[in-house]
Amino acid sequence: MKTSRRNFIQQTALFTSVFTLGFDWFESKGAAMAIANEPGRFNAFLSIDSTGKIRLYSPNPEIGQGIKTAFPVVVAEELDVDWKHVEVLQANLDTQNFERQVTGGSGALKHSWERLRKAGATVRQMMMQAAANQWKVDVSTCKTSQGFVLGPAGQKASYGSLAAEAAKIPVPSTVTYKDRKDYKIIGTRVRGVDNQAIVTGKPVFGIDIRKPDMVFAQIVRPPFGATLKSFSADDVKKMPGIIDVVSFKNKVAIVGTSTYEIMQARQNLTCSYGSEALLESNETHQAWFDAGMKSDKATVQRKDGDFANAISEAAKVIEATYECPFISHSPMEPMNFFADVKPGSVLLAGPTQVPQPAQKAVATLLGVPENTIQVELSKMGGGFGRRLSNDFALEAAELSSIIKKPVLVMWTREDDMGGGTYRPAVRYHFKAGIDAKGNITAFYLRGVGLNAGNSTRQDNFPVGAIDHVLIESVDQKSAVTTGPWRAPITNFLGFAEQAFLDEVAEAAGKDPIQLRLDLLARVKSNPVGKITYEPDRFAEVIRQVAEKSGWKKKPGVHQGFSVYYSHFSYVAQVAEVQVKNGKPQVTQVTAVTDCGEVVNLSGAENQVKGAIIDGMGHAMFAKLNIQAGVTSPTNFNAYRMIRGNEVPKIDAYFVDNGISPTGLGEPALPPTGGSIANAIYAATKKRFYKQPFY
Amino acid sequence: MAITLTINRKKVSLDIDSNTPLLWALRDHVGLLGTKFGCGIAQCGACTVWVNGEPMRSCVLPISAVGNAQITTIEGLDPAGKHPIQEAWDELDVAQCGYCQAGQIMTAAALLKKNPHPSKQEIVDGMAGNICRCGTYHRIQEAVALASKKVKK
Repeated sequence: MKTSRRNFIQQTALFTSVFTLGFDWFESKGAAMAIANEPGRFNAFLSIDSTGKIRLYSPNPEIGQGIKTAFPVVVAEELDVDWKHVEVLQANLDTQNFERQVTGGSGALKHSWERLRKAGATVRQMMMQAAANQWKVDVSTCKTSQGFVLGPAGQKASYGSLAAEAAKIPVPSTVTYKDRKDYKIIGTRVRGVDNQAIVTGKPVFGIDIRKPDMVFAQIVRPPFGATLKSFSADDVKKMPGIIDVVSFKNKVAIVGTSTYEIMQARQNLTCSYGSEALLESNETHQAWFDAGMKSDKATVQRKDGDFANAISEAAKVIEATYECPFISHSPMEPMNFFADVKPGSVLLAGPTQVPQPAQKAVATLLGVPENTIQVELSKMGGGFGRRLSNDFALEAAELSSIIKKPVLVMWTREDDMGGGTYRPAVRYHFKAGIDAKGNITAFYLRGVGLNAGNSTRQDNFPVGAIDHVLIESVDQKSAVTTGPWRAPITNFLGFAEQAFLDEVAEAAGKDPIQLRLDLLARVKSNPVGKITYEPDRFAEVIRQVAEKSGWKKKPGVHQGFSVYYSHFSYVAQVAEVQVKNGKPQVTQVTAVTDCGEVVNLSGAENQVKGAIIDGMGHAMFAKLNIQAGVTSPTNFNAYRMIRGNEVPKIDAYFVDNGISPTGLGEPALPPTGGSIANAIYAATKKRFYKQPFY
Repeated sequence: MAITLTINRKKVSLDIDSNTPLLWALRDHVGLLGTKFGCGIAQCGACTVWVNGEPMRSCVLPISAVGNAQITTIEGLDPAGKHPIQEAWDELDVAQCGYCQAGQIMTAAALLKKNPHPSKQEIVDGMAGNICRCGTYHRIQEAVALASKKVKK
């Protein structure tokens, strides 16, 4: 009989408890330890009960990167069960049983690959041992298939029937992983485990959190750099549905029984702000960029050879300056968070990419022990790095502690777009010297960023291929808050560098692809200093994209090339532009990605295409202005997001090399601005030096 | 004064400000959370519902303007998820974060109701009003085409 997933869920009544394994199960020599008082739980990642019900737990926050599907796929593969018969659950923050419950840096699969495989393979081994004991055969004569152990004489036992005995078996200290040629799930197209919930409108996001006695709140925040002098809340408090108006940390919170009533009341709030220094504007930032470029206090991030001498001896010098503005992350679900601060216990719930830091920060804020703070993870309506800053969680906790009520703090779109932790604004200056043969002999980069930290990536390509290099950065502090934005720093540096190398190739009279391959050959034979990338993997994505895109083999089609290494993955792109009615139109992007093993092909393609669309849209349209500490625009009527009628055809290919998986949520973004700008240049002879292009 | 709305074929009586946008009436007062808040100014389409079968932006539609019209939300499209659009969305694994998809699905289902077999360009144009920040646009368009094939000629 074929058992559907739903049937499995209905069979919980038949549940009988078995022993469970705890956090140290990798090393554990003894039998099971209890985990979370949950029967059937073999380890942090999975439970199997006597009825055969298999539950896989995904610990990392789901932000749209597909981790809630990809993680369990890896466990299910090594456990050797039928994917159709597993149920996947989001784990809440559980620092006792999980490590690195983080969504950021495209690091989830890279960091967890080994743990996930071990979680599945270990229990598979225990199932085989339990069956071998029962059948009195050597375990080496047993194998598994789709949730069953198969014995040498045709015996067959389901994991469910073996679960109770298997749980008593000592955890094996070594396990064997599947050969990748035997993979049944990894590398296939696996549909998202939340698809049904999404298409039927289930309440799975932070904004959907509803708890008993919960109230709503919105918070009015000051301009960047300003302090709240006074506010008038009398008219607000009289408005229907308003429970309270309170102030903390230069903010004013309006608490009420419904969102619309709060929105109405908010219009009657008047706040008076002051500031000690002049509030920042676009002009301030331009002046800071100018000063930073001239500053003699830049931090040297890397120095190879003697740049000054090499550039003075160069046959030709190419220079260019690039600049990007602050931009907001603008996930479709605006920021929001739930907090219920009670004496002795705190419940936090909602969308954060980093639940453990939220727990720690709230513990510090409220002066309570971390272990009294519970964090429930909701699905996130996007994040793009915005939900790495837990400002929204801290606000909710602080407000709840003041009003002594469970509260969902909701940001409007205007709050979200105007509320900071933006992609830092950065200006770059590049300089390259080439010799008479067209080889790059000297390379210089200075990055001046506003709250950007080190705005360079000093050990990344083409560094390592050039004898004389100088990389410097200047970090200018600003009252405008910034944070990681999908592919931090490289989301713009990738464009600037790849556009600059296109100019260098032209000046050197070289094909842009050949220029990179020559540089990589140099790295391979005789690298200069420390490098962070593998030249062979770099060269392979370049060769493949040249072939797949028909590089320089399409008459009438203008092509632009770029390649970038980030988050341990390599992505090469060729963009195509056709001139229609006198206007350049990006018609296609071909991308080849080396992210090691592709766990879920459907999810992987979605990430690559989405990152390219993200990179293209923001490169072409996105810009925030700051005037006297206030951001504009603050909504989608004037902040242009790329739409479905503006996207090119995208072909996404993956290098099949079986290397352990690396990042995929971000790496396809950094090369995008460059491939598109270079293709538009090929069509129009116009180069872009600033984002947004239009 | 109470206002009676017809939501997913059920009558619901609400004693709230008649200027309340339908989006917030649904979310905060009716308890239907599938319809999403994205921008509040009818720019992104995340809040799309049907009013008498027509796709509307519920974030700017006061309940006073709805009257006796039939309101259909994502929860009322097909709770079992068997509408051709819902099936196509699952088959092609459209969603990344999924937040905008209720609005995308309601827009797409309305498009097919009016034009069961749209051309590629009609799909692109018909879906251009809905923002997807994750950039699932290709799959959205492919899923509408797939659903169109499921609709009997």
